[in-house]
Amino acid sequence: MSESTNGVPLLEVRHVSKYFGSVIALRDISMQVHAGEVTCVLGDNGAGKSTLIKILSGVHPHDEGEFLVEGKAVRFGGPREARAAGISVVFQDLATVPLMSIWRNFFLGSEPTVGVGPARRLDTGFAKRTMRDEMWKMGIDVRDPNQTVGTLSGGERQAVAIARAVYFGAKVLILDEPTSALGVRQSGIVLKYVVQARERGLGVIFITHNPHHAYPVGDRFVLLNRGRLMGSYSKHETSLDELTKMMAGGEELERLAKELEKMASDPEMRQVAHELAEDVGGPGDQEPR
Amino acid sequence: MSVAGTQPRPSPAPRQAGVAKDERLAGVSILARLLQRPELGALIGALAVYLLFATVDATPGHLFSSIGGMQNWTDAASTYGIMAVAVALLMIGGEFDLSAGVMTGTSGLLLGMLITRQQVNVWFAIVAVMVFAAIIGIANGVLVVRTKLPSFIITLGTFFVLRGVDVGVTRLLTNTVRFDISDQAPGFRSAQSIFGSTFLAPYNFQDAVLWWAAITVGATWVLTQTTFGNWIFAVGGDANAARAVGVPVARTKIILFMYTAMSAAVVGIMVALRFKGIQSGQGVGLEFFYIIAAVVGGCLLTGGYGSAIGASLGALIIGFAQIGIIFANWDSNWYYTFLGVILFLAVGVNTLVRRRAASARR
Repeated sequence: MSESTNGVPLLEVRHVSKYFGSVIALRDISMQVHAGEVTCVLGDNGAGKSTLIKILSGVHPHDEGEFLVEGKAVRFGGPREARAAGISVVFQDLATVPLMSIWRNFFLGSEPTVGVGPARRLDTGFAKRTMRDEMWKMGIDVRDPNQTVGTLSGGERQAVAIARAVYFGAKVLILDEPTSALGVRQSGIVLKYVVQARERGLGVIFITHNPHHAYPVGDRFVLLNRGRLMGSYSKHETSLDELTKMMAGGEELERLAKELEKMASDPEMRQVAHELAEDVGGPGDQEPR
Repeated sequence: MSVAGTQPRPSPAPRQAGVAKDERLAGVSILARLLQRPELGALIGALAVYLLFATVDATPGHLFSSIGGMQNWTDAASTYGIMAVAVALLMIGGEFDLSAGVMTGTSGLLLGMLITRQQVNVWFAIVAVMVFAAIIGIANGVLVVRTKLPSFIITLGTFFVLRGVDVGVTRLLTNTVRFDISDQAPGFRSAQSIFGSTFLAPYNFQDAVLWWAAITVGATWVLTQTTFGNWIFAVGGDANAARAVGVPVARTKIILFMYTAMSAAVVGIMVALRFKGIQSGQGVGLEFFYIIAAVVGGCLLTGGYGSAIGASLGALIIGFAQIGIIFANWDSNWYYTFLGVILFLAVGVNTLVRRRAASARR
């Protein structure tokens, strides 16, 4: 333990399971999140990603297994407790109010004040300054703090939400599908924020179903499928192709490629099938001619 | 890992050390900042309506634009203004209160009943009425928050319940439709001097005007400078987002309902003391005037946007119209048509202004 915090993961779950009545939402999941690392949680719809986030962020308690924060077993009574322990979630909808200015959004729910009694008021100057500084650290120069969040691009809104979480003491940042609603360019910008958060020493959990977004920024990859752990790899143990294949359920995709090939009467369809087969890297390699 | 700006802008230049950062605010044009103000439309509208009625004024000596005329239209606008500010804050918080109008009657009648039937000191009656109003407000708020039904429906129910009670109880107790309050009642004179008297001797402006001004300033302070004000915008703008970051959404909304009902009580007390009595139908229908004033003042019906000053300007426009039409010798029924047209114009202008504000930023 004396060997610095590097050895101890910021956050760790061991053999965690979660049941909703008779439904097994998660079964025997183990993962670690270290400071200054990005852990990507990959899985298709229904893989159990949301349930995992909800356990990590204190919304649901786990039914089995262990949940450790900096080496100590925890059991959160609610999201507030998780946040107090330094675990922050940036939700898909970002929890920002579009009609409110950036600085008001940034401090919403934790407003800084000056003065006492009836003269107690928002410390507007401090709030604007701090917001600009924090956004600057994310690489965004906010010219007008009064600009409403609704006028920001999707990527910039993400940056506001991330900067806010970091400023309020997040040690572990959970990003819930941050790129799913964004275009290619905006997604790239968000990936940059992910790397930035990692560089600042945070443990980042990046939840996505897109291996193309996960692979470039991830240090570890945790794959979920139908509530179970399908695999856990560090970056040098896997490749983008492998991840893609596993994500899509490789065999299923191969079968799909073959079926498409059979159906393919016109050349265009054949081309689709061929490309799909190449993507999978399976036995569709032979020319479909 | 180098930092780079987001798409539309080039990479930000390194910030000079020691330079006060807020200086960059000057980069946003004054016009663009002005267009961001929700009350801009109402200000322009108020000026236009004032000029209109100053022009069509048919009274000898152009009464409308004199100080005597000012006494008239501030009197008309003041009680609308007190209520419009409360309704605006509630609307920014994402809710409606259709019982706000009838609540002024209910409060005044309760005051009259306590003074004439229970023989209590007027000041004690005032405190009791305020407590009663707070309870009605909390009831409205709790019902809305608990049932998650639109406040439009909940407060419509409250409106009709109170309307029936107002007339029913008054008839039951007095056999008339009115409570008369004697100025001999203990505490009446001191209470009237605060709630229903005049100031500035030869012109005799109503006390309500001072209340209106103070409430507008106070509400603006709360809305723009305090934590609670931040919460009002947030619960109206996006209640789920507000909840996610720890804003007490239910409490904020209930307090706003309470404040609206208590404002109605203040207005009811003013009316009852000023006219030494109150009619059982007092206030019915006025809720729409409050909503018009708030919307003309730039409040979004969907919540999350608006201002207290704007609502006061909206009330001022209503005051201009009410007095101006009389002074112009028009048939006073055109008053409603006029306000309807103003509402259409205001909504149009506000929508336009807001779109401009969103795009004319950088």
